[in-house]
Amino acid sequence: MTLGLINPNPVVHAKKERVARSEDPHADDAVDPLDVYDILFLRLRIRFCLFPDKFRKKDIRDPEHPYSLEQLSVLSEESITVDDKLGRILITFTPTIQYCSMATVIGLCLRVKLKHCFPPHYKVDIKVAAGSHANEESVNKQLNDKERVAAALENPNLLQLVDECLYSSEL
Amino acid sequence: MADFLEENVGLREIQKLEGHTDRVWSLAWNPASGGAAGGPAVLASCSGDKTVRIWEQSPSGSFECRAILEETHTRTVRSCAWSPSGKMLATASFDATTAIWENIGGDYECVSTLEGHENEVKSVSWNASGSLLATCGRDKSVWIWEVEPENEFDCVSVLQGHTQDVKMVQWHPSVDVLFSCSYDNTVKIWAGDGVDDWHCVQTLNESQNGHTSTVWAVSFNASGDKMVTCSDDVTIKIWGTDSPHVQSCDAYVPWKHLCTISGYHDRTIFSVHWSRNGIIASGAADDAIRLFAENKSCELDGPMYKLLLKKEKAHEMDVNSIQWSPTRNQLIASASDDGTVKIWALESKPW
Repeated sequence: MTLGLINPNPVVHAKKERVARSEDPHADDAVDPLDVYDILFLRLRIRFCLFPDKFRKKDIRDPEHPYSLEQLSVLSEESITVDDKLGRILITFTPTIQYCSMATVIGLCLRVKLKHCFPPHYKVDIKVAAGSHANEESVNKQLNDKERVAAALENPNLLQLVDECLYSSEL
Repeated sequence: MADFLEENVGLREIQKLEGHTDRVWSLAWNPASGGAAGGPAVLASCSGDKTVRIWEQSPSGSFECRAILEETHTRTVRSCAWSPSGKMLATASFDATTAIWENIGGDYECVSTLEGHENEVKSVSWNASGSLLATCGRDKSVWIWEVEPENEFDCVSVLQGHTQDVKMVQWHPSVDVLFSCSYDNTVKIWAGDGVDDWHCVQTLNESQNGHTSTVWAVSFNASGDKMVTCSDDVTIKIWGTDSPHVQSCDAYVPWKHLCTISGYHDRTIFSVHWSRNGIIASGAADDAIRLFAENKSCELDGPMYKLLLKKEKAHEMDVNSIQWSPTRNQLIASASDDGTVKIWALESKPW
């Protein structure tokens, strides 16, 4: 992909202090938003939406300085709701800019990450926050059409992009 | 039409067919096998694992995988359809091709590959006589192919009209009128003028009480004067026409919205299929199967269709396709994201 910088000057927020979780006596196997959040943010680093032409900007690619979605306020724990009884997860993310053309790719990354980390019967809905994207309705429709998602994940270029976003910081 | 009382029917799982290694998108019963048609019942299923499986009922009654059609499609096989004679199987794939398979002495051979769509082909359908084939896909187009001798398929028309990808095409069960449903929330109806020219004769959209999100599937009742559609808007809609058999361009009789069935599924409804004896089956992303039948009670303001049966957790994941057997009225097959196909029997409960 040869894309210019979509948002060359992102606002980077401090990482949240994470409170160690005490053993929850009635937790058993139930999933709560914090579980989802941990899975998405402790490991997930999505930098391409800010620096898609990372091959030109090698300095920004420095794995020492990855910006996570958390630092960019794309996602917060509050933007995740979980109904463990029904096995449903709703993620609402806020693209950094109104015209972020990478919003659908961010959504795809979130979906792939959750698919890898949760039992397959979980139903995942992914949306952009109300008012956060110029094409909110069409982005939401595309992110939740599983046929479009399945086809996208068979596209080698897109799959490579998703893989890099999800795992490049772990290299 | 059979009469059923809600409390008197059950859906019994007869068999779970395992073998696909990815989600099963679609399935099709061979119309010329099983029951009165003779021979064992045959079913084809297609999957994200890029293969098609042919399942055949053994003398003991259980279904077994008789063939795996592989190494032809290079991506997801999204849909499959048997020709009316049951001799050919068409498979539509995300690899932009449609393959035609012929059963030659028990072996399935790919005898033709239809190319032309720019990218993912999502659905394929044979007309009633088997002389025409329709395909549709992500390139927003619907293609009509003429079946020629020697396994030749000539594209006779490329129909543009949908503004988004086309999810499914389905020929009317008796006349050569084609129905397509789309991500653009509409159903379009296409008729020919007799000289290989095809035109959109009607668009069913929100202003005709149509769907408010992606329309995933369409099916017809046995007489062809009613049609059912299902959607991401989690409703099922019934449509009717006064005269299904006068459907050429010149004398087109439009379809009208009759009723909307809502409140039963709470996630996207992917599949709907009308049985020959009048029962509508639906399968959805809530993992459930629902059966509906016409409401014959005399209540003046009662609903036109009532819920006959609900099967929660029919599969462990989304139900993508549900199909009644064309030859055995009480048999139904379902395909799911959980990678399995299930065979069900509609039964009257003994109490």
